[in-house]
Amino acid sequence: MTDAAFPPARPRGGSLLEPDARTLRRNAAEARFRLYGVTAIAIAMIALMILLISILSHGTSAFRQTFLHLPIALDEAVLDPSGTRDPAALRKVTTIGYGRLIDRALGEAIAASGITVEGLGKSDISRMVSRQAAATVRSAVLADPALIGTTQEFRILASSRIDGYMKGRVTQDSAARDSNVSPAQLHLADALRAQGLLGTSFNWRFITDPDASELRPEAAGLGIAILGSAYMMIVVLALSLPIGVAASIYLEEFAPRNRFTDLIEVNISNLAAVPSIVFGILGLAIFINFAGLPQSAPVVGGLVLTLMTLPRIIIPARAAIKAVPPSIRDAALGVGASKMQTVFHHVLPLATPGILTGLIIGLGQALGETAPLLLIGMVAFVRDYPEGLPGGLFDPASALPVQIYNWTQRADPAFAERASGAIIVLLIFLLAMNAAAIVVRRRFERRW
Amino acid sequence: MNDMSRTETGVNLTDIKIAARKVQVHYGANHAIKDVDVDINDRMVTAFIGPSGCGKSTFLRCLNRMNDTIPVCRVEGEIRLDGDDIYDRRVDPVQLRAKVGMVFQKPNPFPKSIYDNVAYGPRIHGLTRSRAELDEVVETSLRRAALWGEVKDRLAAPGTGLSGGQQQRLCIARAVATSPEVLLMDEPCSALDPIATAQVEELIDELRSRFAVVIVTHSMQQAARVSQNTAFFHLGNLVEFGETSQVFTNPKDPRTESYITGRIG
Repeated sequence: MTDAAFPPARPRGGSLLEPDARTLRRNAAEARFRLYGVTAIAIAMIALMILLISILSHGTSAFRQTFLHLPIALDEAVLDPSGTRDPAALRKVTTIGYGRLIDRALGEAIAASGITVEGLGKSDISRMVSRQAAATVRSAVLADPALIGTTQEFRILASSRIDGYMKGRVTQDSAARDSNVSPAQLHLADALRAQGLLGTSFNWRFITDPDASELRPEAAGLGIAILGSAYMMIVVLALSLPIGVAASIYLEEFAPRNRFTDLIEVNISNLAAVPSIVFGILGLAIFINFAGLPQSAPVVGGLVLTLMTLPRIIIPARAAIKAVPPSIRDAALGVGASKMQTVFHHVLPLATPGILTGLIIGLGQALGETAPLLLIGMVAFVRDYPEGLPGGLFDPASALPVQIYNWTQRADPAFAERASGAIIVLLIFLLAMNAAAIVVRRRFERRW
Repeated sequence: MNDMSRTETGVNLTDIKIAARKVQVHYGANHAIKDVDVDINDRMVTAFIGPSGCGKSTFLRCLNRMNDTIPVCRVEGEIRLDGDDIYDRRVDPVQLRAKVGMVFQKPNPFPKSIYDNVAYGPRIHGLTRSRAELDEVVETSLRRAALWGEVKDRLAAPGTGLSGGQQQRLCIARAVATSPEVLLMDEPCSALDPIATAQVEELIDELRSRFAVVIVTHSMQQAARVSQNTAFFHLGNLVEFGETSQVFTNPKDPRTESYITGRIG
């Protein structure tokens, strides 16, 4: 190797070692653009974090509930004066009778544990128990009349203010200003907790129970809303998937290109942009007023949401079908496959991941949709569970987003906590649906 | 504008598989093929050559009615396969395409296994009655496409995982598997390297013993190497049609000579 020197530098158009002004400007523009991108992502992430933190901090407490653990003497003299155990006679005893038994049991428990709290009347003590408690005991007795005359350990709901105190929503200060609860009651609650008579535990009934009235937020649950939403999703899935996919295949692969199909195409795009409440009015006019389907029924909600979801499924499904390379169609036609064989053997399997993505986005929107459901009567207060499928589709039910909307309107702050809890349930449903879509999509992508 | 005169070219007229007469193709307002008369001989390779956009691929796609899929495309004239007009209303293009197979410019295997790629045609046409019979068809087809040795141990592997040349031979195997009578090849080697091209050309020569082969090619050397008859297209006209040796050594039309010697095209 010779160590010959490099030829002398000949800076004709400027040295490469020093970038020229134009290059510098270009690089600066690129750096700025990247910064905008990172900023946008960061803002989105922060907004998402704030949303999640606020929902989780407000809502997780809805899954815990304060209960009283009381031995209640089911006095025969009160519950069955005739002693016949006749169900009709037992039914005559209302919750007022059971309420007295609970008050008596609570008074005895307080006396037995030697708690003394100044300034508490009898009614003050009984107001610490939820109005739902008597109904809980009553239904337990009606289900098993043999309990009458015995003393049973019951887990009954505490009132929403006591529950709020346990969760930190109610304090001694706020109680002093609140006509529904007094500081003395809170002292008693502290004492009961020290004795193990009062405590919080996981509240399955928030997920399984029906909604409750304004006076009993502690008893309100999502059971009917979850069922109603699930029923509606079944209807939406069963209708919009086959109709949407069939429409997309026809429009993309078979339909002639003419004014009529152009018109259909334009209208599908327009329908996707129509506000959902308009679909609610349409559903009210067609399904309830004209077809005579029942109000508040999941089948009507499902039909309305199907109308809303269809264009939102057809558009991505068509895009997915269009994205299948034409060479695959040529190949299939070239070996003598018919149009339909080409579509179903080759085009559709390749378009499936895209179709599923659109389907899940459509279903997710349908699951979270509130406005059209308000118009078809799904805001109604429903206490009775709908039946199983398929009859239950025609029974009144609620829906998760409507339940959230309902609860946020109620005055008692305990409902705010429950609304956040319901949002968590809704988000879990959405996440589960997305996860299912990813699993199915993976399976189809792997299948050769 | 029909300069060819078949009687003088000496093309063998005895064993004609496809006869095209006065074929016109319109793409909307564009007159893409004008008055083309061509005879495709059985068990011979016919090459279509000509500059880009001259209509040779369009004409090839008329022979198995692949142009039907293009809505603005209109075909006039007569194309007879064994005497039957393939544009007759009673002809089902799907049935026609089972008889007239096609290999495309870009290798386009299905995103399925090698086995399923080859087995697809026989399956949809119900050519086999048992799995063993299907296995046999797949093996013979892959052997005919000179691919069996390379893939026999991995028939379940995806066809899209093969190299470009192997993919194109897989496509040939797929076309051969339906036992067509004519094999149309639209620039089958344009996406391949010289070695793969040589393999495919060798294969075409073997396929000639069983089918009529029509090949569109941009390479005049390829046409000269593999074909017995050559048709030269220019601006939608069939300029010259005759035995390959004659077209290349002693072209009758000055345009053919210009193209072959590289002055036009």
